[in-house]
Amino acid sequence: MPEPLAWQIATVTGIRAETPQVTSFALALPAWRAHRAGQHYDVRLTAPAGYQAQRSYSVASPPSREGQVELTIERIPDGEVSPYFHDVLEVGDRVEVRGPIGGYFVWEPDLGGPLLLIAGGSGVVPLMAMLRERSASASSVPAVLLTSARTVEDLIYRDELTALAAADGLHVIQTLTRSQPPGWTGYARRIDQPMLSEALAAAGATPLAYICGPTLLVEAAANGLVELRVPPAQVRTERFGPTS
Amino acid sequence: MSDGFVSRGFAGRAREAGDNAGRVPPGQYLTEGFPVLSAGPTPQVPLDRWEFSIEGLVRAGVTWNWQEFTALPSRDWTVDISCVTKWTKLDTRWHGVSVDDLLAAVEVDPRARYVTAFSYGGYTTNLPLTDMVNNQAFVAWQYDDAPLEPAHGGPARLVVPHLYFWKSAKWVRGLRLMAEDEPGFWESLGYHNRGDPWREERYSGD
Repeated sequence: MPEPLAWQIATVTGIRAETPQVTSFALALPAWRAHRAGQHYDVRLTAPAGYQAQRSYSVASPPSREGQVELTIERIPDGEVSPYFHDVLEVGDRVEVRGPIGGYFVWEPDLGGPLLLIAGGSGVVPLMAMLRERSASASSVPAVLLTSARTVEDLIYRDELTALAAADGLHVIQTLTRSQPPGWTGYARRIDQPMLSEALAAAGATPLAYICGPTLLVEAAANGLVELRVPPAQVRTERFGPTS
Repeated sequence: MSDGFVSRGFAGRAREAGDNAGRVPPGQYLTEGFPVLSAGPTPQVPLDRWEFSIEGLVRAGVTWNWQEFTALPSRDWTVDISCVTKWTKLDTRWHGVSVDDLLAAVEVDPRARYVTAFSYGGYTTNLPLTDMVNNQAFVAWQYDDAPLEPAHGGPARLVVPHLYFWKSAKWVRGLRLMAEDEPGFWESLGYHNRGDPWREERYSGD
């Protein structure tokens, strides 16, 4: 039998608002081990009477950040675990976690590229871990990120992505589906074939594609890439309904 | 090490499951929706090219086309399903053929103790034969009285409701009977080899 993936008690060392509904939580782990970019942790909350709730959240930080993981969590209004993170948890609090988990939706520099990353909403979180790892390892792999959000305020990691685009050649394509600020130069519709074609052309031939977001977006983007002759085995997906 | 840990300020929902509490495995929450999870693009399989085979440790293998397969003795199934990503859905309604009836079409070699379900798109998952017989598993082509959508595994998917849902292979193309166990796709990537939700067998070593 392999060793069980043990629960451990992490300590919240930092809380940073990313958007009005999305916040990053830095956790110090007593039994840290390096994850692979794209993996997630399970979180378990326990009430005094013993009731427990579990959810999975993607790691946003790169593996090179020793001793810590950062989880970026969207607040789901009717949720059970995400509102606890947003409304209750403070720096210094302890939270039970185990991980890292997941061995397919992962990228590390040895896998090469080019990287074609496509995200809807908070689906950008595991992709950000990949981009941060690419940057931290000074990887020269070409990378394109196509993200969809409702409004400009909902764009997660906006400033950091701008900085990465300026510093190490990340090609960012953004679309805002609900409203656009004055002077917006990105797209203003759902991800579609012309947008996928542009992203594919920017990435170059036969990219490694990672797609994460709501089911409909992932279905459309994955099927769209296959139509554009990206081999299905090169397209990795992670779909979610709301993780409450 | 975490025995007795309590999350400061967490009350939890007041037993959201209510009368259904006994039907929700540990660490799971109820959902009304039907989330989709898969590792890659959804394979598009035209029905006129669809096939289902039983192979491996059988006297003579068998392959059905769509017309033959959907003419096998089939029935409605109402089952609770649990995904390792923590959601549980009660009373899902399917239509399909039991694995018992599929295996009745071949002569199974007594050395066969494991099954690999294999799918269009390359997915595989492994199960002990004992988890597949006695009306515990079926291959479905309808969900809620409608053809099973590709995103949910159509044309046909294996359903093994008493195990985590990754064992219920989407886009299933056949069953291979084997003497030795061989880890499938997720089972090779850190997930539990058997996946019993009531024992919370999520990951290797659980």
